[in-house]
Amino acid sequence: MTFQFILNIVGLLVFVNFVKLYFLKQINLINSATYFLVNWGDFLGYLKRSMLQIIPSLLILTLIIFALVYVAGDPVSQMLPENATAEDRAILSESLGLDQPFHIQYFQYVGDLIRGDFGMSYQYQEPALELVTERLTATIALSLMAMLVAIFISIPLGILAAIKRNTIIDFLVSGVSVVGKAMPNFWIGIMLILFFAVTLPIFPVSGADTPLHFILPSITLGVALAAEMTRLVRASVLEVIEQEYVQTARSKGQKESIVIGKHVFLNSLIPIVTIIGLQFPQLIGGAIVVETVFAWPGIGRLLLTAIETSDMAVVQAIVFVIAIITILANMLTDIIYRVLDPKIKYN
Amino acid sequence: MTHDSHQDALLSVNHLVTQFPAKGKKNITVVDDISFDVKPGEIVAIVGESGSGKSITSQSIMGLLKSGGTIANGEILYQGHNLVEMSKKERRKLRGKEMSMIFQEPMSSLNPMLRVKTQIAEALKIHVPKQSPKERMEKVIELLKQVEIPNAETVATYFPHQLSGGMRQRVMIAIALAGEPNLLIADEPTTALDVTTQAQILALIKDLNSRNGTGVIFITHDLSVVADIADRVLVMYAGKIVEEATVYDLFENPQHPYTMGLMKAMPTLETQSDLLDPIPGNAPDIANKPKGCPFHPRCPLATEKCVEKIPELNPILNDHSARCIYPGKGGNNHEQ
Amino acid sequence: MNNNLSHLSKIKKVRSRLMELSTPLGIIGFITVSIIVLMAIFAPWIVPHDPFVIDATKRLTPPAWIDGGSSTYILGTDHVGRDILSRLIYGSRVSLLVGILSVLIAGAIGLFLGLISGYFGGTLVDQAIMRIVDAMLAIPTLLLVLVAIVVFDPGLVTLILVIGLTSWAQYTRLVRGEVLSVKEREFVQSAKTLGASNTHIIRKHIIPNVLSSFIVVATIGIATAIMTESSLSFLGLGVQPPDITWGSMLNDGRNYIATSWWIATFPGLAITITVLAITFLGDWLRDILDPKLKKGGDEDDS
Repeated sequence: MTFQFILNIVGLLVFVNFVKLYFLKQINLINSATYFLVNWGDFLGYLKRSMLQIIPSLLILTLIIFALVYVAGDPVSQMLPENATAEDRAILSESLGLDQPFHIQYFQYVGDLIRGDFGMSYQYQEPALELVTERLTATIALSLMAMLVAIFISIPLGILAAIKRNTIIDFLVSGVSVVGKAMPNFWIGIMLILFFAVTLPIFPVSGADTPLHFILPSITLGVALAAEMTRLVRASVLEVIEQEYVQTARSKGQKESIVIGKHVFLNSLIPIVTIIGLQFPQLIGGAIVVETVFAWPGIGRLLLTAIETSDMAVVQAIVFVIAIITILANMLTDIIYRVLDPKIKYN
Repeated sequence: MTHDSHQDALLSVNHLVTQFPAKGKKNITVVDDISFDVKPGEIVAIVGESGSGKSITSQSIMGLLKSGGTIANGEILYQGHNLVEMSKKERRKLRGKEMSMIFQEPMSSLNPMLRVKTQIAEALKIHVPKQSPKERMEKVIELLKQVEIPNAETVATYFPHQLSGGMRQRVMIAIALAGEPNLLIADEPTTALDVTTQAQILALIKDLNSRNGTGVIFITHDLSVVADIADRVLVMYAGKIVEEATVYDLFENPQHPYTMGLMKAMPTLETQSDLLDPIPGNAPDIANKPKGCPFHPRCPLATEKCVEKIPELNPILNDHSARCIYPGKGGNNHEQ
Repeated sequence: MNNNLSHLSKIKKVRSRLMELSTPLGIIGFITVSIIVLMAIFAPWIVPHDPFVIDATKRLTPPAWIDGGSSTYILGTDHVGRDILSRLIYGSRVSLLVGILSVLIAGAIGLFLGLISGYFGGTLVDQAIMRIVDAMLAIPTLLLVLVAIVVFDPGLVTLILVIGLTSWAQYTRLVRGEVLSVKEREFVQSAKTLGASNTHIIRKHIIPNVLSSFIVVATIGIATAIMTESSLSFLGLGVQPPDITWGSMLNDGRNYIATSWWIATFPGLAITITVLAITFLGDWLRDILDPKLKKGGDEDDS
């Protein structure tokens, strides 16, 4: 059951590596690709250090969630029919270990989590983690598509705004990005449905059967990130464009398009990659809402049903999976950052 | 001063005026009616404090003016062709091939994300696109050797942060030389370096100048550097040339009180540092120049006449001119 | 000692900056926010119709400028015949209430923990707080809120508490960073050598210096909280009917999008405009209070 989950994570890793390699090609493919082979010990050291930071965070998270569940009270009444006797309740309580004190229950709980046991869903009578991992692929696919949308919108626009700084183009791009951030994503989704599925029936309204189904949801989810990234790309490019090595490139007689595309963009990449990594969890958070708008078969809808039916096991499993994805995304960001920046790599 | 000898000049700048836009106000004139020639193989130094317009002069020549700066008047003749009238593309083709530039900060003038060899090869690739990668790499190594970098093969694979300031400046010079330019503009190339490295870089530039016959415009705020390297010197103040002479004449017989002031402020082997005498006051705000001679608020010789109008650049002797109505006065200070 | 004097000159400086920095966007933001606040306060007196009254005969009336529209219902009516404009005006109450109160809660917690964490930087307390912050930030705020909603019954108070209690981590991080840098400055160091107590130093020296960037971020935090609230209400987990919110209005309109676009469109516009106005106001405050926080590279002259 955890196999599917691992598969998803591997898929994510492969994708990010693909993106990474694409950029590396521009710098120096061979050297960077062999980086972790050469500096394997360094990499392990990095892993160890980040684990030391992650494990306490995860433990605190388990504590917060366990406390919430503890306060939420009594799963017994939800699991048993209304007319169950007090004796039935007591028996179930005992079998679930609910008669134990808080800290004992907590340790048991953490132990279960480590074994990958998030409990059974009351609703589906299936292991919660399995339910989540089944639907995770759709959510991650949607989030990655949204990220691609954001990248394709924000990088050209951000660069354009920076080059045409303080002109009407810059003003327009900045204006659009501010508005893009202010619009709630579910509203964007509904408006897109109104224009491109109802008024002009180009795209399907909901579902996830064909590639065409991806377009409206991923745009919806990507807009806010695109807006945020456009601002960042603009600021980052503006900072780099004033650097003297850009003048050096021009003084060689280099074409302005290459000066911007190679010298400026490469150097503004590090903050951009960082923001992509840090925004990933927010993207998944947004996906929960967007999925309901487009009836997307991901964990968002699972979560909402679980919340409505107080299916705590599923809720917890989702929270943990997202937490782990967040942590992995942060680590990947860190690694890419290290690979990209020669100052860190060669020291 | 008139320029009849344009014919044999490599570069001839005539009445150059460069302006920058200012918020709400009218444009600020940073370079104000500058004329000078650079002959092939000659090293011309432009000396001045920061804000005197010396760097903007060099950027005007290279066509690399930043943030809205424009050439409002005058011409820049390179081998008889007026650069001001050229299209952006034509100017770009000249950069690197005909004229190159070295910048002040070797820390920031190399791209931190690219290896040394990539950055030199880029310059080669632009002007000799047909070269095979192997030939190009050989040329990169040759250039590195030419700027006296030890272990050229290894250094070529380094990133800029792995090199010292002096080494970076050598790499920068190698980049500038890649297109075998006839004119090299060095904008304070030694300011950020320590004294020993400074001397080495100066020697290198001088050597390249005599070996390849490259004309050099050497921009600096440091007169002592000028004495080492230049054939001719232009002293700039507040956007104008205030004195122009051969290096020998300038040091022997300075005419403008600003030049004299710079000399008094210059440490040499003979003077002791406690006798150094900096020019009082600060360089004027170019957006808000004082009336008349812009140097008069700081000038020991200033009279009411100096406030009336800006003096002309008057010839004193052959090839020596100064923009002062009391030229040569107070020069005795230097002799002491 | 000259604290008072520097305080006075600071106020003067802020005032003169206020004059020179009155950017058009800042003024637009300020005016719009003021209008929304006034609208929320005086809602019962200014609404053209009772926003709660259901009138099946008037259902799905389009906006006034469209065929079949009525000038009494300027923005049309919803699926049960309630006036959309009146409901929008009432909706601003919930949005502002949730936005402001939840930021007050989150800000208070964040400021308190950030001050402690920053002032005792590097100690065990700091470490512990930062680990909690990391854990909180590892989960999207919306998800944390959703989890908390399972435990408590949805409603206005729950919403305020839950958003407040789940979004303090970013303030803690901000305040901590500021405190760490202020702490190293000379006046704090000299106060320390003079034997001032910790609470005195925090109150007199650190808080005033941290406050300006905190206020800026908190202002923009109101916009974020309004977003979160409307998302939750849209999902049906926020404020429950009959209370009116923009998010639940949008949810109502979603099912009628094919025939009656106005029901979902106007609440979304209201959210966008409100968030936009607060953002402008926040950016403006940033320019006035805290020049060093200014967005990258906008104003440097060469």
